[in-house]
Amino acid sequence: MFACLHAPGNLALLLECAGHFSPLMEETSPDTVVFDVRGLRRMFGAEEQIAAAIARRLGIKAHLALAANPDAAVHAARGFSGTTIVPVGREAAMLAPLPLYLLGGSSEFARNLDLWGIRTFGEFAALPPLGVVARLGEEGDQLQRQASGAVQRQLRLRVDPLVFREERELEDSIDLLEPLLFLLSQMLHDVCERLRFHGRATNELRLRLKLERAADYTATLSLPVPMLNAKVLLKLLHLELTGRPPQAPAERLYLELVPVEPRTTQHGLFLPAAPEPEKLEITLARIRGLVGAANVGAPEILDTHRPDTFRMSMLTGSKETNVPLCPKLVLRRFRPPHPAKVWCTEQGKPARVFSPVGNGTVLTCAGPWHIAGDWWTAEAWDRQEWDVEISKLGVFRISRDNLRGVWALDGNYD
Amino acid sequence: MAIWTMAESLGFRKRTEETFPSIAGDIPRGALTEIAGPVSSGRTSLLHSLLAGMTSRQEYCALLDAENTFHPESAAASGVRLSQVLWVRCGGNVEHALKAADMLAQGGGFGLVAIDLGDSPERAVRRIPLAAWFRMRHGVENTRTALVTVARAIHARSCSALKVELDRKHTFWRGQLPGGLLNGIEVAAHCTRNHQTQEHVFTARR
Repeated sequence: MFACLHAPGNLALLLECAGHFSPLMEETSPDTVVFDVRGLRRMFGAEEQIAAAIARRLGIKAHLALAANPDAAVHAARGFSGTTIVPVGREAAMLAPLPLYLLGGSSEFARNLDLWGIRTFGEFAALPPLGVVARLGEEGDQLQRQASGAVQRQLRLRVDPLVFREERELEDSIDLLEPLLFLLSQMLHDVCERLRFHGRATNELRLRLKLERAADYTATLSLPVPMLNAKVLLKLLHLELTGRPPQAPAERLYLELVPVEPRTTQHGLFLPAAPEPEKLEITLARIRGLVGAANVGAPEILDTHRPDTFRMSMLTGSKETNVPLCPKLVLRRFRPPHPAKVWCTEQGKPARVFSPVGNGTVLTCAGPWHIAGDWWTAEAWDRQEWDVEISKLGVFRISRDNLRGVWALDGNYD
Repeated sequence: MAIWTMAESLGFRKRTEETFPSIAGDIPRGALTEIAGPVSSGRTSLLHSLLAGMTSRQEYCALLDAENTFHPESAAASGVRLSQVLWVRCGGNVEHALKAADMLAQGGGFGLVAIDLGDSPERAVRRIPLAAWFRMRHGVENTRTALVTVARAIHARSCSALKVELDRKHTFWRGQLPGGLLNGIEVAAHCTRNHQTQEHVFTARR
């Protein structure tokens, strides 16, 4: 037995009411909900009592129908006002007076039936099935069986999107970190348990604190890998709140974990050890608190010729390769470059360098290497670079900014 | 020695130290290695070759850069897998570099943790107490992490298992100057271990 509730504009109430009686429900349309009421006979009694209980629970004016199959219940709820109970085996007779437009179907189907003078479910159901199939095809056959109330099908069950959210309203506002973390710990454990129950982990944690006489405090922690350890998440929250504390006492807490598939890794006996992601994330959060979030990460070179352009990204693994032991000469970059004064010879070669690092005569030099770029934007750059060996100092890269006409020590070869 | 002889007779084996190869000899894991030398003496070239070797073996490395001097393009040209290198820019704060190194050493899982103090003021580096070096050494003891520092001079004294002192012997230029190219430097490395010194000479070419 299936029950159908039909009330335009009250979907949330209909779902709430249906959910009270059965977890198996179908959201047929934005104004119609069908749910399975088999097994309620022992609790409420006959169909009339079940219908009365549903109507009492709903509390608003809606059309309710009980029938042996979902489609008959839907058509009865849409076609008859109030409460309708369709007896088993009498679906065709009960639905016969209903207007045909309730069946739905394509516009061509409706036009054809209108031309034939067929107006009700009963008239359509009385047509010879072979003739309907020959003229209206598969759609006609299916709709005719619906009109006679004979279609048995499974419910298309409604699956709620998984939301892992917890909120707490506090009687007294909290202005100290320790009691706040105590409450957050409880909330995190609850949400993590729910995540575990659903076989999920999280890769993003969102915290919102409603503050007294101040704008809301929000913090979003994006995790590099899915995690489910409440202690790790609490530690990350602790570090975040310590580094950026709320400006006023909190009076309401909202915590949400974004569910994702848990991480599955295949460990190998001969693979080198790597830092544990949870432990590493806590360590990185501590280091970020020390040196700033922008200063921690794996460098990634950007696709441009502008010198010293990179961005920080996340640590990732790569395949094993062979690298020769022989070292290559590398540059140590001064950030920012040291301003310098350079005396040049008549040929334009650097002859003497004065800088905060030291002063000296240029023993040997190679250059100039002229590079420029982004001239089509406001951030144009144009420079010439020299490699110079300065007496008693070392081997340096110096450059002249052609747009500003100034020299600088870019770095030293080491 | 007598104790070990007796232990070996009972079937115990002396623990062999784990190392990984480098141009300046084997670098010990679970211990502190100091690389020291003046500007342009090949310190960073040696460090980058260690990073390249480690990352090529799929190990993760951390570089605590006290003065923000790490040049990713040079590192990539040396063969360093940048995606496996955690770079921490300390903005000239030596204390932050040491604290971060301590945290990473305690956390474990890294093949190499390097502290670059090569351009830090000598006065600030000299002020690092011996206890701090000992603490970091204890952090990596009995792990597979090699702790390496780069500075202008040796500072950790008895804390370090290996001291590599570098000196530039020659600078190579290629082609007719000007318009030629800086080709590389020849470096003499004095490696001191257990009071025994070995000398290696290597060339860091561009």
